[in-house]
Amino acid sequence: MNIFFTVVWRDLRLAMRRKAEVLTSVFFFVVVATLFPLAIGPEPEMLRQIGPGVLWVGALLATMLGLSRMFESDFRDGSLEHMLLSPHSLGLMVLGKITAHWLLCGVPLVILAPVLGLQFDLSPQALSMLCLSLLLGTPVLSCIGAIGAALTLGVRGGGILISLLVLPLYVPVLVFGAGAVQALESGVGAQAHVSILLAMLLPALFFSPWACSAGLRIALE
Amino acid sequence: MSTGSLLVDQATVQRGGRQLFAPVSFELHAGQALHLQGENGSGKTSLLRALCGLSPLAQGVVRWCGEPLPAARQAFGKEVFYLGHALGLKDELSALENLQTACALAGQPLNTDAAVSALQAQGLSKRKHLPLRVLSQGQKRRVALARLQVSAARLWLLDEPWVALDQAAQSALTDMLRSHVAQGGLLLFTSHQSQDLGDAVSVLRLQA
Repeated sequence: MNIFFTVVWRDLRLAMRRKAEVLTSVFFFVVVATLFPLAIGPEPEMLRQIGPGVLWVGALLATMLGLSRMFESDFRDGSLEHMLLSPHSLGLMVLGKITAHWLLCGVPLVILAPVLGLQFDLSPQALSMLCLSLLLGTPVLSCIGAIGAALTLGVRGGGILISLLVLPLYVPVLVFGAGAVQALESGVGAQAHVSILLAMLLPALFFSPWACSAGLRIALE
Repeated sequence: MSTGSLLVDQATVQRGGRQLFAPVSFELHAGQALHLQGENGSGKTSLLRALCGLSPLAQGVVRWCGEPLPAARQAFGKEVFYLGHALGLKDELSALENLQTACALAGQPLNTDAAVSALQAQGLSKRKHLPLRVLSQGQKRRVALARLQVSAARLWLLDEPWVALDQAAQSALTDMLRSHVAQGGLLLFTSHQSQDLGDAVSVLRLQA
């Protein structure tokens, strides 16, 4: 288990030394979420309706911006070879990298979402549900994205390929994530949506490191 | 560090659907070194990568202490140190941080004092807190060699370890390898220069 924290700490420290990469995706999220109300105009009814969806799509694209970098630099400088040769479990190390990606790309979105949600005139209940759905949904995005990143490692133009590979798999998360807020607003209750998000998170956490490890082994052959 | 043996039987490697060299067989026991030779592209690096398990062999068997390799991988992982062309160091971290992180990932955490003295032995004591990107190629290699110095692995697989080192560092490395072999370690290396490692060295030429 120690190795998990070693990898998380290592990746966080690396990210602190090149802040621009982390800030890009956060800034992207802020800009996208701000462009919509500016373009659509000040109609509270309309904004309230599209708000959750826009914020979720923004979060999804922002998460994807950082994906191609997840294993890329370790692949180029040979660190990944050493990880593969380590006597520790590769799955745990990959889980550490996924966790670091989520802490850097997912958590800032969860924190920013309620602030940006104000532009869409969302009610306090809707804002807290938006936060909860992002809190459960963004780790799933990191897990699924990591598989895409591992599979496209070393491929020229991998960035575009990741989007094609990963975006279709993001659809269920998007549907139930954005749906949770809308369900709450319409009075149906969001419990079912939250349960389904949680049900997606657990298998993603379990299977993703395993699938990534297999992908990385192939990439390094 | 007394036992340990590497047995390679009729091994060869394929790259791009082409067999790189005629099948080779050799045995390496405690206290022995093997110098792998061959022209550019003859498959030296590919053989080393296959031996440490990064890529599959096209044919043949590798045994570590009598156990066939893919099965004995867990035990083998603790015993092998591989240093290839890519050093596995991060440009953003300092030499000291790099050394400690790399050792922790290799399952052999190193406290700060030990890391500092390893870097000192490589002549990097004044540069240990500088980010790696401002160091020269040779200095980066010295950081990687500091890892070798503190490694407890018995089998060292080194791909062109003398590259980019100055005269003093080259002979220091040669001494380090010689003492590893003298203490009962196993060493398999590639190099285009002939290196004076004493009587323990045998030579294997890869031929197409």
